[in-house]
Amino acid sequence: MTSMPFDVEAVRRDFPILSREIGGKPLVYLDSAATSQKPQVVIDTLSAYYTGMNANIHRGVHTLSQEATEAYEGARGKVRQLINAAEDAEIVFTRGTTEGINLVAQTLGAQRVGQGSEVVISNMEHHSNVVPWQILCEQQGGRLRVVPINDDGELLMDEYESMLGPQTALVSIVHMSNALGTINPVKDIVALAHAHGIPVLLDGAQATPHLPVDVRELDCEFYAFSGHKLFGPTGIGVLYGKREWLESMPPYQGGGEQIKSVTFEKTIYNDLPYKFEAGTPHIAGVIGLGAAIDYVNGVGLARAAAHEHELLEYGTEQLQAIEGLRLIGTAREKAGVLSFVLDGIHPHDIGTVLDTQGIAIRTGHHCAQPLMQRFQIPATARASFAFYNTRGEIDALVEGIHKTFEVFS
Amino acid sequence: MSDLVELYQELVLDHNNRPRNKRTMEDASNTADGYNPLCGDQVSVFLKVTDGVIADVAFQGVGCAISQSSASMMTQNVKGKSVEEAGALFEVFHSMVTREPGEDFDSGSLGELEALAGVCAFPNRIKCASLAWHTMAASLDPKKAEQVTTE
Repeated sequence: MTSMPFDVEAVRRDFPILSREIGGKPLVYLDSAATSQKPQVVIDTLSAYYTGMNANIHRGVHTLSQEATEAYEGARGKVRQLINAAEDAEIVFTRGTTEGINLVAQTLGAQRVGQGSEVVISNMEHHSNVVPWQILCEQQGGRLRVVPINDDGELLMDEYESMLGPQTALVSIVHMSNALGTINPVKDIVALAHAHGIPVLLDGAQATPHLPVDVRELDCEFYAFSGHKLFGPTGIGVLYGKREWLESMPPYQGGGEQIKSVTFEKTIYNDLPYKFEAGTPHIAGVIGLGAAIDYVNGVGLARAAAHEHELLEYGTEQLQAIEGLRLIGTAREKAGVLSFVLDGIHPHDIGTVLDTQGIAIRTGHHCAQPLMQRFQIPATARASFAFYNTRGEIDALVEGIHKTFEVFS
Repeated sequence: MSDLVELYQELVLDHNNRPRNKRTMEDASNTADGYNPLCGDQVSVFLKVTDGVIADVAFQGVGCAISQSSASMMTQNVKGKSVEEAGALFEVFHSMVTREPGEDFDSGSLGELEALAGVCAFPNRIKCASLAWHTMAASLDPKKAEQVTTE
């Protein structure tokens, strides 16, 4: 399969937004790390759910409810297959990666973190994999340990290993950095933690749209990701957890399908995964995520990753040739992200000039302020790819950067 | 491109490249720190107010060309004005940058600040232009001086 040419133009036709214009110029969408665009099939699935199937799930005896339940649980199975979890019960639907991390922090974290214990994160974490642990440590008296990175944006694995010990309650590390594109050696990270009996959560928000993920091969205890970065709807995410760990954890929120029975004296919680799915879930979002997974499987993540890798190599080469441009994040293992700064020009100004050329990039700290501090910069301009991007769009970016220099010359 | 030219006028770029009054002030009578959490822009404003008049003004901070030039121009334009006059100027400036593009505005008291009139065509840059002004105004209001954000 990987030897087949990747027909990016055919893929692009699946995404209606990619044919729109911005200010009279063709949209060049290079902000997929913030959120990916949605193929028509996902949009149609959402519409079809609300048009022909809308009902609450699990408890209705009528046809619509049964159909909706079937579609919802069918999507759970698709997620399980996508990440190769052992069983559907290990797939918990959340609002997104952030909620998945908060869920683990406030349940398992609260059980394991106490005075003197530590949570190990890294210097390249998104705020959503920093703040929940900070909150937890403040509540429980623990402390954060932060694995440093080198100038290329790679984790210092020796330092990581030296931080692990009986005091370590949890490790929570990003699989792929949103701001640098670095792909971390997560299998090694998990194995080193397991040597000390420490459970590991991996933040897979950026990785799942770019890499095949196999949670059983990684052997992580938890893996959190979002639907909207994986070409699915916003407001839906997944927390994978190994059954024995999910079972050992108390509920996160109470109410709805999360409960088997309630009296004022006692509540009996539902089985996995429903124990962690309180209230009416984002049914359309889950079904839409299922459609997105079908779509991604049809495209083939391995072929898509190869196409993205070519784009990354081409883009890296093109950007590095620009005088006055510095790439932030040059890890040997990276994907789909070109984060850069220009001499004497603030990233926000770059973003505005590029926007007038129809080019959408992200500028700012990317919700990774400690990382910006590490590189002693306030912000970067970040072009991020998905498999629907083209070499021509990289050329447009390069031209836009030259125009930015012209404006500020 | 015309909107871009309008946004990044020569005067704006000049203030960005050579910001005026960008320094700290040890004996300031009024100070405040401003922050735009959206983009991380930061500005500190220092005023020396004597008998209700802004005798001296300075700023420090990091940010984009719009925020830096706006801060620089703000310092030049409020210096020597009474506190009330500075507040009134902020109101006029704010109306200019937040108006609908093409809509008229009262340019009477703005002078070179009109160089930032093009900001109104870029709604997500309005906060950049107004951060230093909000911070200046907050420094004159003890209830607000603690923390200023554009959110």
